[in-house]
Amino acid sequence: MNAQLLLKLVGLAILLCVPLTGESFYTELIAKTLVLAIFAMSLDLLVGFTGLVSFGHAAYFGVAAYAVAQLSPKYEAASLWFVMPAAVGISALVALFVGLFVLRTKGIYFIMVTLAFAQLAFFVFHDTPLGGGSDGIYLNVKPTASIAGWMPFDLDNQTHLYYFILAMLVLVYLFLGRILQSPFGRVLVGIKSNEHRMQSMGYLTFRYKLAAFALAGGLGGIAGFLYAVVFGFVTPELLSWHQSGNVLLMVILGGMGNLVGAIAGAFVFTGMQEVFGTWSKHWQLIMGGVIVAAVLFLPGGLAAIPGRIKRSLQGGGSNE
Amino acid sequence: MSDNHNEALLVAKKITRRFGGLVANQDVCVDLIRGKVHVLLGPNGAGKSTCINMLSGDLPPSDGQILFMGKDITGLTAAQRSLVGIGRSYQRTNIFPKFTVLENVRLAAQSRNQQPWRIFSKAQEQKWALDKARACIEEAGLGKKVDWVSGVLSHGEQRQLEIAMVLATDAQVMLLDEPLAGMGSDESAKMVEVLKRLKPTRAILLVEHDMDAVFAVADTITVMVNGQVLESGPPAQIKASVAVQQAYLGSEDSFHV
Ligand SMILES: Nc1ncnc2c1ncn2[C@@H]1O[C@H](COP(=O)(O)OP(=O)(O)O)[C@@H](O)[C@H]1O
Ligand SMILES: [Mg+2]
Repeated sequence: MNAQLLLKLVGLAILLCVPLTGESFYTELIAKTLVLAIFAMSLDLLVGFTGLVSFGHAAYFGVAAYAVAQLSPKYEAASLWFVMPAAVGISALVALFVGLFVLRTKGIYFIMVTLAFAQLAFFVFHDTPLGGGSDGIYLNVKPTASIAGWMPFDLDNQTHLYYFILAMLVLVYLFLGRILQSPFGRVLVGIKSNEHRMQSMGYLTFRYKLAAFALAGGLGGIAGFLYAVVFGFVTPELLSWHQSGNVLLMVILGGMGNLVGAIAGAFVFTGMQEVFGTWSKHWQLIMGGVIVAAVLFLPGGLAAIPGRIKRSLQGGGSNE
Repeated sequence: MSDNHNEALLVAKKITRRFGGLVANQDVCVDLIRGKVHVLLGPNGAGKSTCINMLSGDLPPSDGQILFMGKDITGLTAAQRSLVGIGRSYQRTNIFPKFTVLENVRLAAQSRNQQPWRIFSKAQEQKWALDKARACIEEAGLGKKVDWVSGVLSHGEQRQLEIAMVLATDAQVMLLDEPLAGMGSDESAKMVEVLKRLKPTRAILLVEHDMDAVFAVADTITVMVNGQVLESGPPAQIKASVAVQQAYLGSEDSFHV
């Protein structure tokens, strides 16, 4: 078996063991990190694989989170099988719509205009009846997984919820890994490398980018949905530019264009937040410094570490 | 209206392109006919690449009209023109440097049957695209470098790769911007053979400075100077033209015509 696969399976095994420790605090923390990891992978589809640096990805996360809160009845549980596809579908549709506009721009303009749309979404939830103002809204009852009276699992149970999130992470990982190998995925990577050349070979790249943007919005929506379910309330902060910036940092930290890297980025980011957060009030400053250092000294992100270790073990001999 | 032979595939009618005050192409007319190689000659800066850019859709003309099989395609984008059968190579190598040679050409082949909705199929299992890519790589003389990362190839090899990519798109019209530049004489001779083999079924526009190659394949030559067509006609006419002689003797890029 190859080393990479082994490493992934070990990682998965560790994640599977987390709830067995019975440490409720850590289980919730890791559950939250897994949600962010899904979010980071969804953004990596754009940033790392298609070359679209979106600075407004929190919009789709937040839209899905609000969708759950709004679609759920106040005092009873919504059906998971309705509310989850609905939330994800809505965030994908919003991304599709936004993509129609933002994908006409490139480079720094794309960054600005994705941010602008996210800010717009932020204010929609902050200032209109769609959201609950700056306090947000509670999701009083978590969605139920019951199908015609049969309950395969219970999201009110912390362990069940944890495994549900982990299963979603694995599914999103496998799904993205699969589509990246498809003709569609190869086109996205080609667009990242040289969009102009793709066009001159007959690829209508706008359509491909739009599909990727909507897909990433939908997958980000899965994360947003799970976030709302874990925390039981949603606030406009979920759509804020901080949130968009954080997920972008996770992707950069992990190493763009590497799904495992995006997951690792989410873990390191959350870890730093926890550690530095207890040390000092100015944790964001320290974290900023660490991130700058990481970008400077580890250009390929965390994903580049195994390769570096391998190369230094081999004495740095072979060059391509 | 016409049989397959001598069919005018791509016709440029008085196309003009301005860059600010600079007129890079003025009222340029070009006919590309199936079965013929049309060579565009001229010193650096004459406007040859600009002309190709307008034909391929990379640059919109400021004025004039471009017809493909009689239909006005002036408004089509580069991607749309590629899909109707107009392919091109670039003077400045334009490839996917991090991809292997095979993947560069496979993407070109895939463009003919994109199937974007098949997101659960594996690109590496599309045998038709892989076979097509390998055949085109072989034809362009890069067979030994199939699995190399294209960015590390020599300049000449990257030119060969460009040719393989155009081939893989099955272009009816091929616009080749200095395809032989940087190739060794062996490769160059080989590419001339490839061009001759392609010629009967396609219309080819070739920008080339190597006069041996030009006269080996040209059916028509158009000479451009300062964005304008100086003279256009069969090779013998161009060879004998006093105007062409003078234009070249007057410039640093003097060719031994
Ligand atoms: N994108 C551009 N913007 C401004 N000027 C350009 C551009 N492309 C070409 N030119 C100018 O147009 C003229 C013709 O260039 P080009 O078509 O590349 O000539 P050739 O291919 O014959 O060497 C040159 O003076 C060049 O500087
Ligand atoms: Mg040129």
